[in-house]
Amino acid sequence: MTFHPLVLPFLLSSIYLAIVIVFKFTRWILSMDAGQLSSIRKNIFTRKTLQAISEIFHESLLHRKIFKRNRLLGYMHMSLAFGWFLMIVVGKIESSFYYGTFFDSPWLGIFFKYFARTQHHYFMIIPFSFIMDLLLLVTLSGVVLAITKRFRSTLLGLKRATNHHLLDRIARTSLWWIFPFRLLAESSTAELTGNGSFLTDTVGHMLAPLSVATIELPLWWIYSFCIGIFFVTLPYSRYMHIPTEVILILLRKWGAVSGESYSGLTDIQLNSCSRCGICIDACQLGFASDIQDVQSVYFIRDTRYKTLSDEVADNCLMCGRCEEACPVGLELTMIRQQVRQKKEVPGKHYFEYSAGIEKPKQADVVYFAGCMTHLSPSIINSMKAIFDKAGESFLFLDEDKGLCCGRPLRQQGFLEQSKDLVNKNTELIKASGAKLLVTSCPICYKSFKEEYKLDIPVLHHTEYIENLVKQQKVQLVQSDLTMVYHDPCELGRGCGVYEAPRNILQNMGTLTPVEFEKEASYCCGGSLANMAIGTDIQQQIRDNTLEMLTKSGPDVLVTACPLCKKTFARNQNTKVLDIAEMVAANMEGFEINQSNNQKNNTITVQS
Amino acid sequence: MDWGYEISKTRGIDLDMADTSLFEKLVKKVPSATKCIQCGTCCATCTASNQIPFSFRHCQIMFRRGQFEHLSAELDKCMLCGKCSLACPQGVNTRAVISTMRLLLTDINDINISL
Repeated sequence: MTFHPLVLPFLLSSIYLAIVIVFKFTRWILSMDAGQLSSIRKNIFTRKTLQAISEIFHESLLHRKIFKRNRLLGYMHMSLAFGWFLMIVVGKIESSFYYGTFFDSPWLGIFFKYFARTQHHYFMIIPFSFIMDLLLLVTLSGVVLAITKRFRSTLLGLKRATNHHLLDRIARTSLWWIFPFRLLAESSTAELTGNGSFLTDTVGHMLAPLSVATIELPLWWIYSFCIGIFFVTLPYSRYMHIPTEVILILLRKWGAVSGESYSGLTDIQLNSCSRCGICIDACQLGFASDIQDVQSVYFIRDTRYKTLSDEVADNCLMCGRCEEACPVGLELTMIRQQVRQKKEVPGKHYFEYSAGIEKPKQADVVYFAGCMTHLSPSIINSMKAIFDKAGESFLFLDEDKGLCCGRPLRQQGFLEQSKDLVNKNTELIKASGAKLLVTSCPICYKSFKEEYKLDIPVLHHTEYIENLVKQQKVQLVQSDLTMVYHDPCELGRGCGVYEAPRNILQNMGTLTPVEFEKEASYCCGGSLANMAIGTDIQQQIRDNTLEMLTKSGPDVLVTACPLCKKTFARNQNTKVLDIAEMVAANMEGFEINQSNNQKNNTITVQS
Repeated sequence: MDWGYEISKTRGIDLDMADTSLFEKLVKKVPSATKCIQCGTCCATCTASNQIPFSFRHCQIMFRRGQFEHLSAELDKCMLCGKCSLACPQGVNTRAVISTMRLLLTDINDINISL
C-alpha cells in the first residue's frame, strides 16, 4: 500500500503552497531595482552563493543569532526548525531505504509509519526508528517551550511577547498540533504493528486501553489536516518568513542593497519578519513611555498587509536599536523611511533661494557645524578654539547662511525636496576646493557620508579631534573628573563610530562604562526622526536614558551630538558637555573664555 | 465712471466666519498646536528665514484663520531641520504642525490623505 486518501490534505496544501510561493517570489524579484538585479546576476555563480548556503544553515535552521540572545529561546526555535527539517530529511531517507528507490511518492516519508506496516525488518530499522523518535521528542520539547512562551515569556528572555492577529494564531496552533498528533498517530500504529521505537512504543502502550485500531486512522487524518491548515495559511501568516528568509539571505549575499525607495527587496524583507518580537523589548518608546503598538514588528506587519496607519509609521525615533536586535537583520530604519515617502512633484525645485548664497572661499578643511550645533554656540566656539590650537586653517561653511543637510527631510520621506539641499551643499563644498569635511552634527555626518556623493573624506569632530591628538597637534591634560559617554544614535549605530570618542576621553579623566553602550546605547529621545511624539514623551525617554547613564554618579555626561546635548541639558540635574567642549577645556596651555558659555554649562579649566 | 482712484476694500477679517475645520483637524493630530503664544522665537532661529522671507508664525496664524491661499507653497520652504522645536518656549511640536498643515492642504488641493 502506498496511497491512502488521508495524505490528500497534506498533498494538496503542499501543491498550493508551492504555487503561491513561486508566484510571490517571482513578483517580488521582478519588481526589484535594475541595480539590485544586475548585482544578483554578477554574483550568482560565485563563492558568495556557498557562503549564503552556510548562513542559511546557521541562521534559518540553527538560529545562531537567537541563541546568542537567549539560549532557551534559541533552543526553542532550533528544535522546531531544525528538528522538523531533519524529520523530513531523515523520513525521506528512511522511506527510500524501505521502498528501495529514491523516487518513491513524496508523502511516504511524511506518513512513513502508516504505510510501512509490514513486520519484516528493513535495513537499519532500529537506528532509523530511534532517530525519528528522538527528533520527534526534540521537536515536541520546542512546542512545549513555545506554549510556555505564550504564558510566561520572561522565562525565555522576552519581557513582552508579540500580540498576534487571528490568522497568525490559526497558523501557529496548527503548527503546534502537528507534532503531538504525529506522536499519537505513530504510537497507535506502533502499538498495532510494532514498528515504533522508545517513544512511540511507550506512548503506544499507554494508548492500548483505548481500542487503538479505531483511533489510529482518525489520528493520522488529524495529523494530515494540521499540516494542511498550516501550509494553506503559511503564505499569509508570519510563517512566510520560513521560505522568504532563505531568499533574503541569498539576495543579500549577492549584493542586493536597499535603496531609498520601496522595491521588491522591501517586500521580501517585510515577509522575512517572523514576528518573534525581539524588537519589542529593544524599543524605548515601549519601555520608557509605554507606547506598545508602534514597534517594528507591528510596523512591518501592518506595512505587509497594507493596513499601516500614519500614527504607527511616524512614531519611531529611528534610533536603530531594533535593527541591532533583529535576528533576521532586517533594515528596519530604512524600510520605515521608504514607507514614509511622500507624494511629491518630481523635478520641482523647492529651495530656489539657495542660489543666493555667496561662493565660498578656498580652503583645505571645511567645517560644517549643522543646524543643531548653531543652537549650542559653545560647541562652535570650542571647535574654533581646537582648530586654532592645532594651527589648522579652516573654512566655516555654514557660519552665517547655512543650509540644512537634508537628512531630516529624507527621514520624513520628502526625498525630492531634500535633493535640492543635497545639490546645493555639494556645490558649495566642491566650490571651496576642500580636501576634508568636518562636521559637528552626527545627523549631517551620516547624511554627508551616505546620501551625498562627495569624493573627499568626511569626519565627525570626534574622529577629527582623535587624529589631532594622535598627531600631537593637541595635547590633553589628565584630570580627576569622572565621565560617562553617551553614544548618539546616528554616530554610533548609524555610522559605527564608537572608539574615537572613548580614545579622546581617556586622555582627560576617568571614563566609566555604562550599562547600555555602543551598539546597545539608548536614544536621548530628542530624535528628529520622530514627529509624532510631543515634548512630554520625549522627556520620559530622556529621563529614562539619563537615569541609566548617570547611575554611577559621574561628574560630567559627555556626548558628541548637539541634539543629544540640548535634550539632556534641559534636565537641570546633570552636567552635560559635548566632547568638543570637553577637549577645548582640557587642552594644554589654553584658557577658554568663560563668558562664551552658557551658565549651566560652565567649563572648569584644568591647567 | 473712472475717478482715477477707488475705495479700497476692507482688509478686516471676520474671525467668526473663518474656516477653522482644518485647524481643528490639526489640533486633533498635534495637540500642542494650540499652545503657541506667537512669540516668534521659532522665526528668530529658523534656518530658512535666515535666507529668505519665511515665517512659521505667520503660516500658523494664516492656517488658524482659514486663509489658505499661497500657504502650501509657503510651507514648502521649511527644511524640517528642527531648530524651532528646540527653541520653542511652549514646547509646540513645530515640525509636526508644519508637516500636518502640508498634508491637510494637499488634501484639500488634490490627493486624499487619511488622518
